[in-house]
Amino acid sequence: MVWYILRRLLQLIPVFFGATLLIYFMVFALPGDPIAALAGDRGLNPAVIAQLRAHYHLDQPFIIQYLIYLRGIFTGDLGTSFSGQPVSQILAATFPVTLRLTILAVIIESAAGILIGLVSGLRKGKLFDASALVVSLIMISIPIFVIAFVSQFIFGIKLAWAPPTVSEGAPWGDLILPAFVLATVSFAYIVRLTRASVIENLSEDFVRTATAKGLSRRRVIRVHILRNSMIPVVTYIGTDFGTLIVGATVTEGIFNVPGVGRTLYQAIIRGEAPTVVSFVTVMVIIYVVFNLLIDLLYGLLDPRIRYAK
Amino acid sequence: MPSNPPLSATHFVAPIDETPLLGVDTVSIAARKSNLYLDAWRDVRGRPLFYISGAIILLILVVALMPKLFTRIDPTYCNLDLSNGGPSAAHLLGSTFQGCDVYARIIFGAGTSLAVGFIVTALVTLVGVVVGAIAGFYGRWADAVLSRVGDIFFSIPYILAAVVIMSLFSSARNVWTISLAIGAFAWPSTARILRGQILSVKNADYVTSATALGVSPSKILLKHVLPNSIAPVIVITTIGLAAAIVAESTLSFLGVGLGSGTISWGNEISNAQGQLRTNPSSLIYPSIALSVTVLAFIMMGEVVRDALDPKARARR
Amino acid sequence: MTEIIEPTTTRWSESGTRPLLEIKDLHVGFATQNGLVSAVSGVNFTIMPGETVAIVGESGSGKSTTAHAIIDLLPGSGKVTGGQILFDGLDLTATSDRDFEDIRGTLIGFVPQDPMSNLNPVLNIGFQVQETLVANGKAQRGRDAKAKAIKVLQQAGLGDAAHRLRQYPHQFSGGMRQRVLIGIGLSSTPKLLIADEPTSALDVTVQRTILDHLAKLTRESGTAVLFITHDLGLAAERAEKLIVMYKGKVVESGPSVELLRNPQHPYTRRLVAAAPSLASRRIQSSKVVPDRAYAAPSGVEDVDLIAAADARIDRLPASVGAVPSIVVENLTKVFHINTGKLRREPFTAVDSVSFAIAKGTTTALVGESGSGKSTVARLILKLENVTSGSVSVDGEDLERLGSRELFALRRRMQPVFQDPFGSLDPLYNIASTIAEPLVTHRVGNRKEQHARVLELLDQVALPVALMDRYPNELSGGQRQRVAIARALALKPDIVILDEAVSALDVLVQAQILALLNELQSELNLTYLFITHDLAVVRLVADNVCVMQKGKIVEAGSTDSVFDNPRDEYTKELLAAIPGAGIQLTV
Repeated sequence: MVWYILRRLLQLIPVFFGATLLIYFMVFALPGDPIAALAGDRGLNPAVIAQLRAHYHLDQPFIIQYLIYLRGIFTGDLGTSFSGQPVSQILAATFPVTLRLTILAVIIESAAGILIGLVSGLRKGKLFDASALVVSLIMISIPIFVIAFVSQFIFGIKLAWAPPTVSEGAPWGDLILPAFVLATVSFAYIVRLTRASVIENLSEDFVRTATAKGLSRRRVIRVHILRNSMIPVVTYIGTDFGTLIVGATVTEGIFNVPGVGRTLYQAIIRGEAPTVVSFVTVMVIIYVVFNLLIDLLYGLLDPRIRYAK
Repeated sequence: MPSNPPLSATHFVAPIDETPLLGVDTVSIAARKSNLYLDAWRDVRGRPLFYISGAIILLILVVALMPKLFTRIDPTYCNLDLSNGGPSAAHLLGSTFQGCDVYARIIFGAGTSLAVGFIVTALVTLVGVVVGAIAGFYGRWADAVLSRVGDIFFSIPYILAAVVIMSLFSSARNVWTISLAIGAFAWPSTARILRGQILSVKNADYVTSATALGVSPSKILLKHVLPNSIAPVIVITTIGLAAAIVAESTLSFLGVGLGSGTISWGNEISNAQGQLRTNPSSLIYPSIALSVTVLAFIMMGEVVRDALDPKARARR
Repeated sequence: MTEIIEPTTTRWSESGTRPLLEIKDLHVGFATQNGLVSAVSGVNFTIMPGETVAIVGESGSGKSTTAHAIIDLLPGSGKVTGGQILFDGLDLTATSDRDFEDIRGTLIGFVPQDPMSNLNPVLNIGFQVQETLVANGKAQRGRDAKAKAIKVLQQAGLGDAAHRLRQYPHQFSGGMRQRVLIGIGLSSTPKLLIADEPTSALDVTVQRTILDHLAKLTRESGTAVLFITHDLGLAAERAEKLIVMYKGKVVESGPSVELLRNPQHPYTRRLVAAAPSLASRRIQSSKVVPDRAYAAPSGVEDVDLIAAADARIDRLPASVGAVPSIVVENLTKVFHINTGKLRREPFTAVDSVSFAIAKGTTTALVGESGSGKSTVARLILKLENVTSGSVSVDGEDLERLGSRELFALRRRMQPVFQDPFGSLDPLYNIASTIAEPLVTHRVGNRKEQHARVLELLDQVALPVALMDRYPNELSGGQRQRVAIARALALKPDIVILDEAVSALDVLVQAQILALLNELQSELNLTYLFITHDLAVVRLVADNVCVMQKGKIVEAGSTDSVFDNPRDEYTKELLAAIPGAGIQLTV
């Protein structure tokens, strides 16, 4: 396991530098004066422009600029938003809310998705399975902002089961509806993936042997089928983190959740490109670290990976 | 009682007329020819879902190519008197906040969505196949370099990357730049899938046999390896098309998609979001159009997957 | 009307005891798109307590289906459609799912075929043994189960069992995994153990020790064994009673030795004639007393391996030239293997191997998995680069050839590989598969290529109608014929056969061996025959090189190696050919 962690950490290094370089490069691939381009159509006040110039060290060669930007990332200096507040401060204030929202969503989507996928797989071809397949296909096809609006309209406005927008401070109760909306993105995929791997595992030799050993059907399902089927699902939840971030941005924007997503959403809407870049950088770093954690979890779940050559 | 075999351990011989001897390994030519693609095509033709999704896709294609067949109303003609107007004989699905015809704007938006879908898919498939094939087939340092590059691009979720690109290039927002923005970071999954598939195919004995014949590596790649490993790429291309359409609408919804001058479903939904309480239909109808289109491509992807992946077929 | 039960050779039961297992008129069918397809129809047999019975048959004979039906493990689409399975008087076909959970493991144990896929890869060995003991009420969860699991593994012959409990299946070799599975199958001392091809995936020497061990354990505990196998020699050696199945029916059954000495049903005779293990034994004994009593009945398709082998020996003096075709000298190949610890380690797959093959003869390279025999083939075919040493073909050193000369040489040297499902491109039809060598080397125009394809199909006895068909429409044997036709397309001098018949059923294998023999004498081919199966070597090869861990440990003429093996490892291999203990001649 130690070697596995080490190997994964080593692989992380080029990805980290590559990703940050790529983002930084995108900013400076802009034609003309990057600051003017960053400011967009409207004029910025000279103070902000000066701040931007200082932050991006435009008088230095590209690679030096990149290194200074990297130093910023490591020291927590992520620049300043147009309103003058440091990005790191905004993050500190909003991140916990987003974390709560996404954790809630991941719990909902994986618990419901795995359960329905398992039942569906065990009852392949039956009515339950067929309905789960149809419903999941339809859910996959509806973009998250449509689901968000429709559920805001139905549950928030028409039925008034939940507040249509989240109040400041984001109490848990207010987060339930947005979390459900956010969960729908991956829920359908988890159902289908769980179903597929349950069906595959059902015909595995070791499952037949487990039955032949004299285990009860319940135990065969719980220990040998469900556990093995979890492995691809966990991997999926890991790689799907990107969708979750985008989903959080849209959901927080629509439900006015005071999290990172809403801040990003507002920055995008207002055309605050430097803030967008800072936020995306942070999200990519979180994504990369999160993927490492998922890989380690994967290694824990599957010894073949842990000891792989 | 010769027909009743004994239950004991004595030497028993079945009557020969009851157990006739057949030839060893005799050739019986199946009624129909069969290989992966022939079987897949046969399978696809037997599925109602193929015809349903095919018909929807065909309809949307016709709408996208010839919108004027479906409406006479100019989608850009907006009359503020009709702001948030309900359905009427002249305006079947009502009017938007700006007083434009919802139906006409949906009809004219189809082209944008499909164009982005097809351009992104072409781009992603091209880059993904080239990178995946080289990395998987030639291996060694080419694989090491390309796989790392793929990892880097994969580490930035493609919609976030598109958000950054589109935020930065705020002056040039059109179908081409948005497709480029989406496609630039979406190709690694195609490359990964193809690479994995090639790795498993390239050690097959028929590939070794071809090498032993003296067939050149590039010919082996094109004639043996690629045809046998491309099936999963076909599947994700179909589903990827749907994903690209969703990506465009998401970007437009976030306000970094196509400029406000372009009619697209994403823009329509984005513009209508303020009218959720007063005029929900201006939001719902474009959403339905978008979802049905995406659903059609997703269903087609399912059909193709079931046909091309023997494992998926077994799960049906 | 009563049946008289006459157990003849059973050790454990006395005449008159109730059978442990009685199968009466068993029918099993599988639901398919084309309706119910019968896999087993009207099978009858009995197993007495403590008796070892073997079901022998080719793939598709219904032997495994019968075994799975007994323990209610038929796949979802399979179903017992008629008859009774009486176990200790209880009809298993009428037992509820719930009650069956108490029978499996406790009363009937099961050892599956493929040790690689039958242990859950994500759970450690200890867990998988312990849960069996707990489920069958043989141990309390926790410390007790652990102690007993260690005992189970020790009994199964695994050293350092306490340490092994925490390891995972992928850290075990195939033989060790099979020991674990045998341990699990016997952990509750069941009355009956069903062993479904328990050693088919293992090397012969491993197979031998494992089956010896299994026999010892079941003898000690008095467990009856139902042994499923495709190998007649193995079955006869391991079981008191044989049941021969063919197309879902029992064609012949009886005491093992009696059945082999005096096969009555034409199918059994066919099997006896084609089984390499038996045939090689018989060649051995026929040296002393020429004996043709077991020649197969006349029939177009039947192949008598001994006759074929005799025929080659007859023609050899004329065709064997003294000219060496392939000369391998001090051939060495070192691979660098990832260790998983960020560095690579050298691994010598082939270690200064030298041998020469005379034109028109067959040299067999024999060894178990990992011996390096296939790497030698790849080096000769120049699919890998040698680390040191040399390979020369007709005096030309492969290392010194330019790409053009190498291309020319490839025409004269062609391979046939093992896996009939991997050796043909599934998207090429048969005609284009066979024509690929001609197209690659630009031999003839389209018309001539077409004519050559027809000629080749005829040579390998395949109908012309297959031309526009695809590989997945063919059986394994037919695919190997196509592979042979492709290899012969350019009229090569040398054919490298890398386990070319190993994956085939015995009868098909005999056919292909006979075909290879015929082609050799017709076309004066030189064969390098790579195999793990010594029994086959006896039938086809003039010379043998035995490989172990990358080195040749013994080489010589087939007769000298078989009759007077000098190396310990060769002796071990020879002894492991199944059927060693069977006295075939009276």
